[in-house]
Amino acid sequence: MSRPVRLGLFVVSGCGLATVLVLAFIGLPDFGSAHELYGAVVDYTENGLRHATDVVTALNFDIRAFDTLGEEFILFASVSGVVLLLRQLRGEDEDAGQQKGIQEHAFAGASDGLRLASLVLIPVIMAFGAYLVFHGQLTPGGGFQGGIVLAAGPVAILIAGRYLAMKAVAPKRLVESADAIGAAAYALIGLGGLIFVGVYLKNPMPLGTPGHLLSAGMMPLNSVAVGLEVAGAFLVTWSEFLDQTLINSPGGGAGE
Amino acid sequence: MSFLPYGVAAWLFVIGLWGVVSSRNLVRTVLCLTIVQSSTYLLLLGIGYRTGATAPIVADVPATSKLVDPVVQVLVLTDVVIEATVTALLLALVVQAHKRFGSVDPADLRQLQD
Repeated sequence: MSRPVRLGLFVVSGCGLATVLVLAFIGLPDFGSAHELYGAVVDYTENGLRHATDVVTALNFDIRAFDTLGEEFILFASVSGVVLLLRQLRGEDEDAGQQKGIQEHAFAGASDGLRLASLVLIPVIMAFGAYLVFHGQLTPGGGFQGGIVLAAGPVAILIAGRYLAMKAVAPKRLVESADAIGAAAYALIGLGGLIFVGVYLKNPMPLGTPGHLLSAGMMPLNSVAVGLEVAGAFLVTWSEFLDQTLINSPGGGAGE
Repeated sequence: MSFLPYGVAAWLFVIGLWGVVSSRNLVRTVLCLTIVQSSTYLLLLGIGYRTGATAPIVADVPATSKLVDPVVQVLVLTDVVIEATVTALLLALVVQAHKRFGSVDPADLRQLQD
């Protein structure tokens, strides 16, 4: 199909789609007047039932924990896909590239000031990430958000211009294990529910006092498992892509 | 004005699809797909919003205060993370395509048409 035909076809079908979308959205409740019963019920009963002060985390890691299990494995599957797709390329050239003497993948013009700022930022980023993971049931945050912040820590080393140093801090075997262990831990915590209270992913642990660090039953555990997986997943993905630039740098290669 | 967020969501959805269809660069195709996905975030969060309501954090607020719908926020939260990794997967495919065909223009992927 030629390009003008394709674009013309889309203009027609896109207008149709837009019309249908607008018609469908007109039937929605007015913006600002949400009335979903499920969300309202959760909002006003969750704290009494689950002892978490952050309702979003309570939904994520307890009330809709099964949903999160599925999402976690989508994450795991797509990261596995990235590794699988980029692996074949590595076998070809990496050894040759290293023999040609590529020691460091450095950003051009990484100044001393930028390096210093990155070094100062790393502990701050890591502490904030750990805070987000561990306080998920109390304040906005949780494993998903905290995991990404944790993954950003080693990337600050990369911004400082030292890719191989980043690999020393976050070696591939370690981040791949974090990814896999996090995914497995979440599924195993669910198994704990099956064993102790007879329902998969049902909370088997004491609920504690609302507002305390160790409260809300299994939510902190789930949060840590997800945080581990997300941090691992993102670091694996980033190192896979950065490896591509290492492999291809001698001949100009695939870099855009 | 109460229709505006939904209107923007519909606009993002269609314009993102236009970008996918009209792209001459696979990287742009992937990024346009993320625009399509952003429209779903806007739609979900728009549906869950209640005028004058606060975030669904129940510490330090009166028990009767209005809270926004937390369910759609959970959907968006996990979706953002997953979108990022799925985008990475698609970009890995682009890297492979570039390796194989020496181009990131979808029109140059001739072998797909055989």
